[in-house]
Amino acid sequence: MTPPPATPPEATREDRHAAGLDGARRLLATVGFYTFCSLVLAFFTVPLLWLASAPFDDTPSITASLPSFTLANFETLLDNRYAMRSLGNSAVLALGTGALVVVCAALAAYALSRVRLPGRDALLYALLLLSSIVTGTAAMVPLFNLAFELDLIDSQLGVILVLSGGLLPSAVFILKDFMDGTPRSYEESAQVFGASPLQVLRHVVVPLVRPGLATIAVWAVAQVWGNFLIPFLLLRSPEKSPAAVVMYTFYTEGGQPDLALISTFSLLYSVPVVLMFLLVSSRYGFRFHGGIKR
Amino acid sequence: MADLTLAALTKVYPGGVRALDSVELTVADGEFFALLGPSGCGKTTLLRTLAGLETATSGAVLLGGRDVTAVPPGRRDVAMVFQDYALFPHMTVTDNIAYPLRIRKVPGRQRRDRAAQTAAELGLGDHLERRPDQLSGGQQQRVALARAMACHPRAFLFDEPLSNLDARMRLEARTFLKRLQRELGVTTVFVTHDQAEALALADRIAVMEHGRIRQLGTPADVFRRPANTFVASFIGSTPMNLLPGTAEGGAVHVAGTALPTPGGLALAEGEELTYGIRPEYLTFHPRPVPGALAGEVRVVENLGSSQLVTLEGPAGEVRVVVDEDTELAPGVAGHALPRADRALVYRNGELLGASGYEGPATGTRTP
Amino acid sequence: MATSPPEPGGRRAGAGPRERDAAGLGRLGATAFVVPALLLIAAFLVFPALWTVYLGATDYRLTGLAAVDPQVVGLENVERALDDDGFTHSLGLTLQFVLGSAVIGQAGLGFALAWVLRDRRGLGRRLIEAMVLLAWILPSSVIAFLWIALLDRDDGTLNALLSTPGTAWLLEHPMLSLIVFNIWRGTAFSMMLYAAALGNVPPSQLETARLAGASSWQQLRDVVFPRIRGHVLTNLLLISLWTFNDFTPFLLTGGGPEDRTEIMPVFIYETALFGGELGFGAALSVLMLLINLVIAVVYARLLRRRKDRDR
Repeated sequence: MTPPPATPPEATREDRHAAGLDGARRLLATVGFYTFCSLVLAFFTVPLLWLASAPFDDTPSITASLPSFTLANFETLLDNRYAMRSLGNSAVLALGTGALVVVCAALAAYALSRVRLPGRDALLYALLLLSSIVTGTAAMVPLFNLAFELDLIDSQLGVILVLSGGLLPSAVFILKDFMDGTPRSYEESAQVFGASPLQVLRHVVVPLVRPGLATIAVWAVAQVWGNFLIPFLLLRSPEKSPAAVVMYTFYTEGGQPDLALISTFSLLYSVPVVLMFLLVSSRYGFRFHGGIKR
Repeated sequence: MADLTLAALTKVYPGGVRALDSVELTVADGEFFALLGPSGCGKTTLLRTLAGLETATSGAVLLGGRDVTAVPPGRRDVAMVFQDYALFPHMTVTDNIAYPLRIRKVPGRQRRDRAAQTAAELGLGDHLERRPDQLSGGQQQRVALARAMACHPRAFLFDEPLSNLDARMRLEARTFLKRLQRELGVTTVFVTHDQAEALALADRIAVMEHGRIRQLGTPADVFRRPANTFVASFIGSTPMNLLPGTAEGGAVHVAGTALPTPGGLALAEGEELTYGIRPEYLTFHPRPVPGALAGEVRVVENLGSSQLVTLEGPAGEVRVVVDEDTELAPGVAGHALPRADRALVYRNGELLGASGYEGPATGTRTP
Repeated sequence: MATSPPEPGGRRAGAGPRERDAAGLGRLGATAFVVPALLLIAAFLVFPALWTVYLGATDYRLTGLAAVDPQVVGLENVERALDDDGFTHSLGLTLQFVLGSAVIGQAGLGFALAWVLRDRRGLGRRLIEAMVLLAWILPSSVIAFLWIALLDRDDGTLNALLSTPGTAWLLEHPMLSLIVFNIWRGTAFSMMLYAAALGNVPPSQLETARLAGASSWQQLRDVVFPRIRGHVLTNLLLISLWTFNDFTPFLLTGGGPEDRTEIMPVFIYETALFGGELGFGAALSVLMLLINLVIAVVYARLLRRRKDRDR
């Protein structure tokens, strides 16, 4: 990175000795750096290799290996009724929750950001605290009870409502931060030109905070798409279960797992998350919100 | 076009802060009017109350003779240019300029034509399809102006219109703005904290402090005869020398020197006064002169075509503007002689003999 | 000149002396905007939490007599939990899991990565970041299977790589496996948080230290750490909270072998929903909520203090 220190002609022996030591230390640091990076890269890559190789292997095994290329595994997958339906279920749950969270959170965040309601700050703090305390794991018993009492067991709507309730506080908090960051002069300007509150919202606010809305939407969708616990608790029939739950049954029940099915299914199930992540980070830049993923 | 009247306008924020305190003001039709003052003086609140973005606690706002105090901002028929321009980042230049017309339900084609026309008048013809972040600061400012012009309002309100530009652009934009206002002839009120900007642009200036108007007058009035020591120290790129003195034999004595004092002032023998003289109206002499303030040169600041010299003597620090040809070094003795016709005398902070000088202080615009 | 169109909605002309909102919503409109979100949160977040507390004080069961007519037993369940060997065992395991995988593993590796890569640009850095992030964003069911495959006794890739055929990692070293798994899974968050924090350390301060002859370690200690202390605390609290509430280990081991990986969330699931003891399970949940509360309160106070300082 930096050129080796040039030794000036009048340098003393100690100087030269120090420079030599320095060079050795630098070499050591470089070797250490590359060793560390290679190890880390290997650690993070090895478990993923199987996901890249097995779906295209005509005799998939559990070991990651160079595949003899085939697309036949995908046919197996397409023929499996449960697998394809579960992906559809995941999409329904994710999009439903995403829409509900974005609309409710955006409205609430906008009002909280622009109008001083009494007790606003206390409310926001309470919400933030609550959402980190009352996790699905800690509240699984009452959530199960609640769904039971409301007749929402084995209902996708129940899953959507429960997940929305859990995601909303963080969504409101992040979006409010986002809206606080957009200057009020835009809205005031539109107001001076005669725009009504709804026109201000439609013409100015929504386009301005669109990156924030998109981020929250993708975040919510990704959260639901990967969530295992809540649908596992609340849904009974396999026809309604999302991919996360169905996939779990693939490899825990019935002895020998069907590796061709699992590998292709895993891949198909993973691709949307990766795509969404790439979309958000390329279009809006990856904004770092503390705790955007739980 | 319309004139603007504020009657006993008062604004008290919840919490008791009195941002505006019974402001009385009339802005004539077509006038270019400046609200000048340090930050927190209430000038922006006044502008926002004119726009309808703030609601007055009491008093009235009249626009063209009609009481608009309770009229919401969108129906006052005024246009405002915000300090940050508030150009919508997701709209093109055309869409931004046409936005007021869109609110008024002008058909799409017509409003695009009008936007293009206004843009062309302001030299933005080549940038119609750009977005605000692709424009320079000066261009953004002109888009904001074009948007304000597009709906032909009865009055323009500008909030610190030049403060977001760099120093060079600011001068250019200042000249541009003044010419534009002359040509359009629309009543314009603008807010600024920069006294040079107010002097350069406005037909008349209201200098504000603590929610009150401390002086109202033409730039010449305000510069030459500040009505009180607050205005005196606020106006001028080099602040006025304000020296404590006493009245003796009809003249003001500062640190034992009888200074040239304007005539016709009723001074009570021995009373405490403040003697005000701008650095520009002091002449520098290397040798003692009668009526001059003596001191030692402490600091010499080069201003380009002149130099600002700080003298330290019995009267304290006195600043003098000296021409560029005089060679000066710190440590030498100097004497500063005031121009009698530019000297001002303040009693308890208020100018003596304020009336009857250079016409009425509340004169309207002289084209 | 066109006149402005009449405005929809009740716009208060001549409103009282108060600050006007930029949107012109009014207090009523604002309330209407907030209500839907609040209703959902109240029903599916606040209410369940309160119910947990109530249930924890009953002998409610999924089936049998107590399912029909649960009796309030007060603090009995909580006392039972605190005396229960299963609970203390599970708490100990959870502590190992949180300390090992989050506090030491994720935070340590995340910081190391952020520090080592701080002024690197180019393919190497992007590749490492991409892989670390990928481990974080993939669905947990997929990840769980990948690790089951990786650690498999017979054909697992790990045994092939280490030449240790026949080692059943999840049976022989279950907790160690889970800790390594969770480090792999969650380092991305710490890495990004520390990268952002390091980006806020002014280069001029680092350069001043370097000019004064400070070594890398001294720069870290004297310049970097004092500036990112707040981030470190935030990071540790958040990842502890998340790891404490993580259900993914269930997908790998289901709590086994025997109960050697029965961390708190799995223990509650087994007790309440699998074993049917809802009341006792709820009491366990209450204890878990309390621990969450402590972590979250510390975190919120930290946030508030930082906000005050920024002001």
